[in-house]
Amino acid sequence: MQQVFSRPKALTDVAMAYCPGCTHGIAHRLVAEVIDELGVMDRTVGVCPVGCSVFLYEYFECDSIEAAHGRAPAVATGVKRCLPDRVVFTYQGDGDLAAIGTAEIVHAATRGENITVIFINNATYGMTGGQMAPTTMLGQESTTTPGGRDKARAGYPFKVCELLSPLEGVAYAARVALTSPPNVAKAKRAIKTAFQAQLDGKGLSLVEILSTCPTQWGMAPLDAMKHVDSVMVPYYPLGEFKSDA
Amino acid sequence: MLMKGNEAVVRGAIAAQCRAFFGYPITPQNEIPEYMSRYMPEAGGVFLQAESEVAAINMVYGAASAGIRAMTSSSSPGISLKMEGISYIAGAQLPCVVANVQRGGPGLGNIAPAQADYFQAVKGGGHGDYRMLTVAPWSVQEMFEHAILAFDLADRYRNPAMILSDAIVGQMLEPIEIPEKVEVDIPPKPWATTGAKGRGRNYVTSLYIVPEDLERINLQIQAKYAEASRRDVRFQEFELEDADIVLVAYGCVARICRTTMNMARKKGLRVGLFRPITVFPFPSERLAALALEGKRFLVVELSAGQMVEDVRLAINGSAQVDFYGRLGGVVPSPVEILDQIEQTLMRPFLPGYVQGGVSPRINGRNTLGAAASATELEAEEADATGV
Amino acid sequence: MGRIVVNEERCKGCELCVHFCPKNLIYMSEGLNSKGHHPCAFRDTGECTGCTVCAMMCPDVAIEVYK
Repeated sequence: MQQVFSRPKALTDVAMAYCPGCTHGIAHRLVAEVIDELGVMDRTVGVCPVGCSVFLYEYFECDSIEAAHGRAPAVATGVKRCLPDRVVFTYQGDGDLAAIGTAEIVHAATRGENITVIFINNATYGMTGGQMAPTTMLGQESTTTPGGRDKARAGYPFKVCELLSPLEGVAYAARVALTSPPNVAKAKRAIKTAFQAQLDGKGLSLVEILSTCPTQWGMAPLDAMKHVDSVMVPYYPLGEFKSDA
Repeated sequence: MLMKGNEAVVRGAIAAQCRAFFGYPITPQNEIPEYMSRYMPEAGGVFLQAESEVAAINMVYGAASAGIRAMTSSSSPGISLKMEGISYIAGAQLPCVVANVQRGGPGLGNIAPAQADYFQAVKGGGHGDYRMLTVAPWSVQEMFEHAILAFDLADRYRNPAMILSDAIVGQMLEPIEIPEKVEVDIPPKPWATTGAKGRGRNYVTSLYIVPEDLERINLQIQAKYAEASRRDVRFQEFELEDADIVLVAYGCVARICRTTMNMARKKGLRVGLFRPITVFPFPSERLAALALEGKRFLVVELSAGQMVEDVRLAINGSAQVDFYGRLGGVVPSPVEILDQIEQTLMRPFLPGYVQGGVSPRINGRNTLGAAASATELEAEEADATGV
Repeated sequence: MGRIVVNEERCKGCELCVHFCPKNLIYMSEGLNSKGHHPCAFRDTGECTGCTVCAMMCPDVAIEVYK
């Protein structure tokens, strides 16, 4: 018998500290598989966010930098501008990218920074206990929207791909989900296309990954996946929003 | 060659092998990103006007992490925006240089010179137990030289360094001598995140989730400051040997005080000047020694009194430390300061700072509202007697 | 034709593999690992095709697949 599935080399053998069923683990693995397949591990620099994935540097074999909340695109810009032949990616949650870091991602996009942004959208602030995120759905319970998000008080959920993809500096923008084997396969293809766009010097590449947070949503992992399909995907449609590839 | 302070600091940085600059416009330091936009690409470095001062300091963080000598500049309100980023850089033990061309504050303030960011500079400014290695140029020549010094200090200690300038030193034009070549000794940076080829992975972080680990890191950082206090204190003294009263000032105020000292000497008053060049590490030891010689001190700043606290801490009650300050961008004249010297000398020698006995004089009046200058006192008396 | 090896210590009992295995060959075991999770277990009936779907859906890289 031959081994047909194993841990990618770009992933360390450290046990991931995420909650049972949290799709960060799948997203990390897909990014690591792509880094392996493109053969760029020893020139990759990852920029970690603040959020559940703050310890991303424990799980990846490449060099990484811990950024302040929301600032990863600026930190990545500093690295990439100084060392243009390195592969630089950020990995950010919805608070990091779409709340405090909105200026940084928009301007990295308008400048066409040659970095790859992996954006984990799970409609909540997981690490801090389940507060509202910019991407929290209307009517969704959170610890700062008791009774459900109300548009009069908290406005509308933020559609990142739709906002950023029209910008000329964006070479590739796609939204994917991890809710089924075909979706996971599509997500991996999108991540690979994104990294390839960086290697081809085309501009900013972004993959928005609709993800689950079983703990803060109060659902079992499988139910959380079904929630993404039935509630989130209709509002945050999947697909490639821009492809310069 | 005649040059503006803001241009000199750019030339100095590039001579020091600074190869990344990220900045944002704010008066009175706009010339810094403007000159950088021309000279940095010519030198083969990276220039980028960031979308904000916040983004700029984070770009510096990335570049410094990648092992490049990186710099940003701003003025007071923009420096406040950088405090989070500077704390992260200090916590991650990375080198970088931040230039602050101080202006009137707080808040939006104005674009006139001030020295009210001293606390922010030398006490850290952002959250956590860290400091900025801070140099205070008083001339265009020093704007050039201190850029080189700041990079050396930053790299030596793996800590942010600040060039604490102000609207006068940044904007003034003075002759400058630029050496043909500047010797630069950049230490190797095996910790830099340049891609893990041929080695284990590096990660740059200030996150240490286990308290004992974070304490260990903090102690490492504190040890660096202790070493800096032993090795890298810099100051300049003028006519202290026989001085009865020592003016203590930095930056543009030290220039004004030097003129004041010369005027005082012509009047037969024994006045000297002590100019800290590094305000962190602060020349505490030297000041403490001077205090034991029976001298009085008059600290002059463009603020409500910030460096004076460090002077008082250093002197620790063994001498009288007076303060004179102007606020909001107002700059005192040498005559004004000479007035203060005469006022101080009229009163008995009082070691230590006695609340109410030695009132800080701000804006020409003391805190009790009474006239605080000899000229004003004369004028008030003249009014009272109807002369 | 195929089989899987589960790293019981890494498994967090999320049950995604149980649901997604097209042949229903994975179940949650009665035992507990040292973290207190019920790890998943493999029913080696010979029907496993080595499709790797279980490993794809596993967030903890706890499954190796052989064919």
